[in-house]
Amino acid sequence: MNRTLAVVFSLGLSTGILADAVAAGPGQDAVIADYAEKAKLADPAFTGFDAAAGKAFFFAKHVGGGADTPSCTSCHTEDITKPGQTRAGKTIDPMAVSVTVDRLTDLAKVEKWIRRNCNSVLGRDCTPKEAGDVLFWLASQ
Amino acid sequence: MKRRLLAVAALTLATTSHAADRMVTDELTKTECSACHIAYPPRMLPAASWEALMAGLKDHFGEDATLDDAALTHIRDYLVANAGRDDAKAVDAEGKPVLRISELRWFKHEHSEEVSAASFKKAGSWANCVACHAGAEKGQFDDE
Repeated sequence: MNRTLAVVFSLGLSTGILADAVAAGPGQDAVIADYAEKAKLADPAFTGFDAAAGKAFFFAKHVGGGADTPSCTSCHTEDITKPGQTRAGKTIDPMAVSVTVDRLTDLAKVEKWIRRNCNSVLGRDCTPKEAGDVLFWLASQ
Repeated sequence: MKRRLLAVAALTLATTSHAADRMVTDELTKTECSACHIAYPPRMLPAASWEALMAGLKDHFGEDATLDDAALTHIRDYLVANAGRDDAKAVDAEGKPVLRISELRWFKHEHSEEVSAASFKKAGSWANCVACHAGAEKGQFDDE
């Protein structure tokens, strides 16, 4: 048994609830399970991700990042079923998994953009819980 | 006079190059750079500018554009190997390499009196080549 599976199983019931609640596919489930492992390692009291908290985090105006990018919505807009736009003018495919079905299925890509965007918006890394809440919410949309 | 000649020479260089010279042929470079903007042709910046730009991806014009080490090395090497010719004037007031293509002399000449305020507003940024150059991603910029 590898460590990933062991931790996922140790999360037990909460992980099962996550899997049920997410309307997305196995690709998204695997990415979210990886973030659940990270969250558990960072905080043993972690019990599961919270879509409402993720949504609030996505829409919140943060401080500490770039002046032009105080929020996820600065580029992704306030409607995640619609395309967003980078500051350089390039279209960003919608974040909602129901619209962009392969969203959040590539762990390396998710980690890269979480790292970059948290730094651009908050001027720091997101905690695994913060990131996982957002991913969990996006996967349900 | 000399300055003027240099500017004309730079302009000629820029306008006579073929689309093939402005193609980004490296797949990883194309994929990574074009996530946020078109993958700019390597020859649009001198090697020193690419080196400096790729060393500063943590603050890439206000964005974190960091790459993992393998991708960083690969893309930097491609850009530097295919860079435009060295340009002693492509430095800022502190002598550091210019990082923005839009601050280079040939770019300014090409765009001076070409771009209306309305067009620029629509594009949003000099970085948004395709707003006016529909074939920019295929290296075609001569459609003004």
